Amino acid sequence: MASHDYYMTKRESDLRSAFLEQVQLVPDGMKIKQCIQCGTCTGSCPVSFAMDITPRKTIALFRAGEMETILRSNTIWVCASCYACTVRCPAGIKITDTMYAFKRIAMEKKIYPKHFNIHALSTAFIDIVNTFGRNQEVKLLMKFGMKTHPLKLFAQIPLGKRLHSKGRIPIKTSMIRDRKQLSEIIARVLKKQEQHPQS
Amino acid sequence: MQYTYYPGCSLESTSKAYDESLKKVFELLHLELHELPDWNCCGATMYMSVDETLACSISARNLAIAEQLGKDVVAPCSSCYTILSKTHRLMRDNAEVRKRVDDAIKPAGLSYNFSLRIRHPLDVLVNDIGVEIIRLQARRDLNRLRIANYYGCQIVRPERGFDDRENPTTMDNLFEALGAVNVYFPMKVRCCGGMLMTTYPEIALKLVKELLECAEENDAECIVTTCPLCQINLEAYQGKVNATFGTRFELPILFFTQLLGFALGAHPMELGFQRQLVSFNNFLEALSQ
Repeated sequence: MASHDYYMTKRESDLRSAFLEQVQLVPDGMKIKQCIQCGTCTGSCPVSFAMDITPRKTIALFRAGEMETILRSNTIWVCASCYACTVRCPAGIKITDTMYAFKRIAMEKKIYPKHFNIHALSTAFIDIVNTFGRNQEVKLLMKFGMKTHPLKLFAQIPLGKRLHSKGRIPIKTSMIRDRKQLSEIIARVLKKQEQHPQS
Repeated sequence: MQYTYYPGCSLESTSKAYDESLKKVFELLHLELHELPDWNCCGATMYMSVDETLACSISARNLAIAEQLGKDVVAPCSSCYTILSKTHRLMRDNAEVRKRVDDAIKPAGLSYNFSLRIRHPLDVLVNDIGVEIIRLQARRDLNRLRIANYYGCQIVRPERGFDDRENPTTMDNLFEALGAVNVYFPMKVRCCGGMLMTTYPEIALKLVKELLECAEENDAECIVTTCPLCQINLEAYQGKVNATFGTRFELPILFFTQLLGFALGAHPMELGFQRQLVSFNNFLEALSQ
């Protein structure tokens, strides 16, 4: 890593080392070096048609030192984590997990594509689970809707009503008893990360 | 046989029918389910993609509580199944992850020592009970009902679990033995779009349309699923697919435990059939005669 630094901008080199640190946590994460650019990942991906950079190109760009291009693409957020690429990759690269690693760097460094809203969904989800210990589907969609397109929430009302009439929307909020234990677990993880931001 | 039951958040709400039918099927086959005391959300893909240590730590709380009970964990939701399995593997195989998670859960008096088996109910039914025994217990014949068996992504991937990753057949074998006809359904492990239905609906609607189209082209009378997210995407968004693409789909989407419970003789109300948005009642009536 260090031996390549001389031809990279400082920003690229920072993003790279943060990414490589994340990838080390993925079992066999470093197999990313063995990509043969065959395109099986792109061909297997059910959503590559909607990506501005295909999975194969993502790895090529990473090698070319274009971290920022990757982080600004919609690719890492369009991935639905179906793992089709991962199981077919002839080089054994954990592509889905690599996408997660890119996502985590994007969030840490706050580098997002234009018209971006998934961050809002993740944050809403995490808020809810941290509060109740369990997800609340309706609250999640409300929170997400309020943060992104409040008016579009009206369009969801008919479906909500139908689900409600079938007893598929609980009236009572389900939550865990020992919320204190869970929130302390979460607090310990977050505190550690503040002390060592890259871990 | 006894199992620890990890229902997951969806089974308390939109997928209530999965919870009801699963419990009924296990009861009819004399398998005991004990709900994991005070379980918390597995964190789903959201946590895992945002913060791996945090995701593993909240999942590890469930694993640690379950381990004390010493029984296999049954996780019906594909996402819960994948995340719990992934946490188990990451903690077992990666010392750094293990250390970080231990730092978070040990002060809470919890520890996880990797002795659990995390199982999908389809695996339990087919491998612990067996198709032949289930067939002998059946009270109703599925009478050549034409079904598309849809496994989705996360129960067969990423790791090699209880079935093939490209062409799983456990569910096909089960329903064939019970009298159904498995239609040709090459998209059986294709992604439904998952949470993209919320974040990028135009992408997810296209995926759902392709799945419905494939089932309908092969004359399926219903699609049978193993996952809450697949079920809701395929069922609740059919209207939107029709409005977007000018199609006229009206295909019932069932949980595999509903159809299995029906074959085992349970009353449709005990299996949550009244909760379907696209009714399956005509078929139930025909099959009951």
